[in-house]
Amino acid sequence: MFNPSIWRMKRFADSFPQIIDLQREINKLFSGAGQNTTLDYPVINIWEKDDSLIVTTELPGMDAENINVSVVGNMLTIAGMSKADPIKEGETYLRQERELGNFQRNFQLPFSVDAAKVEAKYEKGILHITLPRIKEDLPKKIKINS
Amino acid sequence: MSEKDLQKTQNTTVTEKIRNVKTFVPRVDIYETREALFLIADMPGVDEKTVDVELEKNILTISGRVDNGKVEDYSLVFSEYEVGDYEREFTLSDEIDREKIKATVKQGVLRLELPKAEKVKPKRITINAA
Repeated sequence: MFNPSIWRMKRFADSFPQIIDLQREINKLFSGAGQNTTLDYPVINIWEKDDSLIVTTELPGMDAENINVSVVGNMLTIAGMSKADPIKEGETYLRQERELGNFQRNFQLPFSVDAAKVEAKYEKGILHITLPRIKEDLPKKIKINS
Repeated sequence: MSEKDLQKTQNTTVTEKIRNVKTFVPRVDIYETREALFLIADMPGVDEKTVDVELEKNILTISGRVDNGKVEDYSLVFSEYEVGDYEREFTLSDEIDREKIKATVKQGVLRLELPKAEKVKPKRITINAA
């Protein structure tokens, strides 16, 4: 509903955290509207620097082998599978609140990514993906002759 | 995957902290076997140094401290989740053998094994033919 596109938010770079909080509060008022659905799992944060983006996402308790990160052009895909503890017959779950199962999510990035230089790190249950912008895509400084 | 709200739930019952961070309720799975109760809590961002398990009387408190999830040199441009501490309390019954509680942390998941006390373990009674 009030989801910003990455590009629009750039205009308010300084006040960004405050705007995000405000946006969240407003979305709460219209509860349900604009809420993430399970199609949006896992939830992500995106961080930016001149020549690269970092995507962070919370995926607690996975094995690194079970997480698949792929990049094609400007499309980033995060997929994987998490498993519950196998329980034997006669044993029962008293509570089940954690998100487990298969997931896949695609993101369109604002630029093409140098797929060979993408790095992913998984620690403490948080996945960090560093996505460098492809060289040809970087803004070129144009010299002004006087 | 079930239809659940993906946003973290803020824990509004905790006493106010000195650090100005939000506190969330970790999601847990609990299952029971003949010998023990197992409690599994999702606490992304914690490791064995920043997680605390405390048992006072029969209140089991699990808490985790997460340093701000900021990425150095980068600025946040899009955000779907918030980063903060975790805290949640459970009331244990007397069935649990307090001395034998085991805890491990792996990739942001806290796993507690709460063994049942000997006296409450189910016992099979053999029936002799008369």
